[in-house]
Amino acid sequence: MKRSASIYSKLCASPYIVWMLIFIFAPLLMVFYYTFTDSSGALTFNNIIALDNYAGIFVRSILYGLITTVISLIIAFPLAYIISQKSVKYQSTMIILLMVPMWMNFLIRTYSWMNILSDNGIINFVIQKFGFEPVHMINTSGAVILGMVYNFMPYMVLPIYSVISKMDKSVIEAAQDLGCNKFKVLTKVILPYSLPGIASGITMVFVPSVSTFYISQKLGGGKYDMIGDTIERQFQTSYNYNLGASISLVLMVLLLVCMAFMNTFTNENDDEGGIIV
Amino acid sequence: MKSLSRVYTALILLFMYAPIFVLIVYSFNASNSTSVFEGFSLKWYSELFKDGETLKALYNTLILALLSSVIATILGTAAAVGISYMKNGPIKSIIMTITNIPMMNADIVTGVSLMLLFVFVGGILGISGVLGFTTLLIAHVTFNLPYVILSVLPKLKQLDPNLSEAAQDLGCTPLQSFFKVVLPSIMPGIITGLMMSFTLSLDDFVISYFVSGPQFQTLPLRIYSMTKRRVTPDMYALSTLMFVVILVLLILINTVKDDKKTLGKGSAKK
Repeated sequence: MKRSASIYSKLCASPYIVWMLIFIFAPLLMVFYYTFTDSSGALTFNNIIALDNYAGIFVRSILYGLITTVISLIIAFPLAYIISQKSVKYQSTMIILLMVPMWMNFLIRTYSWMNILSDNGIINFVIQKFGFEPVHMINTSGAVILGMVYNFMPYMVLPIYSVISKMDKSVIEAAQDLGCNKFKVLTKVILPYSLPGIASGITMVFVPSVSTFYISQKLGGGKYDMIGDTIERQFQTSYNYNLGASISLVLMVLLLVCMAFMNTFTNENDDEGGIIV
Repeated sequence: MKSLSRVYTALILLFMYAPIFVLIVYSFNASNSTSVFEGFSLKWYSELFKDGETLKALYNTLILALLSSVIATILGTAAAVGISYMKNGPIKSIIMTITNIPMMNADIVTGVSLMLLFVFVGGILGISGVLGFTTLLIAHVTFNLPYVILSVLPKLKQLDPNLSEAAQDLGCTPLQSFFKVVLPSIMPGIITGLMMSFTLSLDDFVISYFVSGPQFQTLPLRIYSMTKRRVTPDMYALSTLMFVVILVLLILINTVKDDKKTLGKGSAKK
């Protein structure tokens, strides 16, 4: 009786397993298939060789992704720390305030930045009112990075905050009793303790910023293409699925390597599933 | 130190809300400029409600989010129950690894890989315009599933296995014990998964962009095609309305949560 119940229970997972194999696993195989074939379906390595033309875009994407991640970390860590020190009510209000903009459509938010930064946009309008020369901000690499920091920085705050807020306050007191000043408490106690949060924050910012598209098209004026923009163009404009697949494959491998590296810092068993959205 | 941290949080909130503030202000602009404010008007709101295509896209988005989140919740909850009964071993860890892929992978890669699958299968079957509502629905269910599974699994782990055995000893069939004992206790996880799926599906642009066809447009896709041209302030009006809805929903969810907490405490005291 009991054994049959457990077999039935295991069978519950079978529709999902079928779904997972067809719609998660098989699509990844399709990326491989399209990478190593040409449009007629014959085996070819041309799509890999053609990647050479995109080396500059890969380097730029990784560089911008790293800059975005570092800026986000510098902004987010103090913020997460400040929030965690306040009352419970204040903490939940602040987290909600940080999350609300993320629930807005990111296309519209990016478009709104375009209006703020453009040559006859809001900032320049105000600057000129005060009698200063207008500043050129839109269509620069700075604008692209600003857009990415704006969109992805909250993903850095949340994991760091959730680690620091769970920290036992008496550990800090103990450090102070043992003669640590405020700075030493920060570097010797809080920072090491929040490393897992920082590591997952880095992944959560780096992955979307490396693979982003649209932001650089709107805020960079098409001059600062990223990997995402290149993939998008292959699929939606040039209809070269095979080349698009090979660029996607490289992006996937790149992200995999990066995540494997970051996972060495989060040596906990995460299958409890701490998802923050 | 205290005032410094206050200034710091205020500056970050200013940064986060600047573009939202801008679009709210300009949605009330009398002219169609999105940089010079020329007086208050509600005309973009009335424009919005005359725009049949946008309203259709809104309707499509809601239908898609509702269907995909319900399907993902049913499939995902069943999967979580099945997985929780599996012994730790290679099969379970392979399943969990594949489950994690859509969450960890870049959205654009998920979108592109699904598109390739659909186009490939469409090619074999000889269907030319394979991308449409069905492919969108499949894609949305697929990226929602891991969130459902990962919010239900922890609840199943917390569950005392003796409970369902006790129910069976007391005369329940396995099926009855599932619906009367297991399901109610994992309900919070199921609801979380459902809500997460619904919001993810509402908001998704990147994956939808690659697996959708011209016949079925969702709101994010509609916004995208509008931002390719010059955006008129009716999009700002739409975003302002969405902002208000999100804000009200969040406040509601939080007050309900608070009520539940105090209720829980009250009953615990008894």
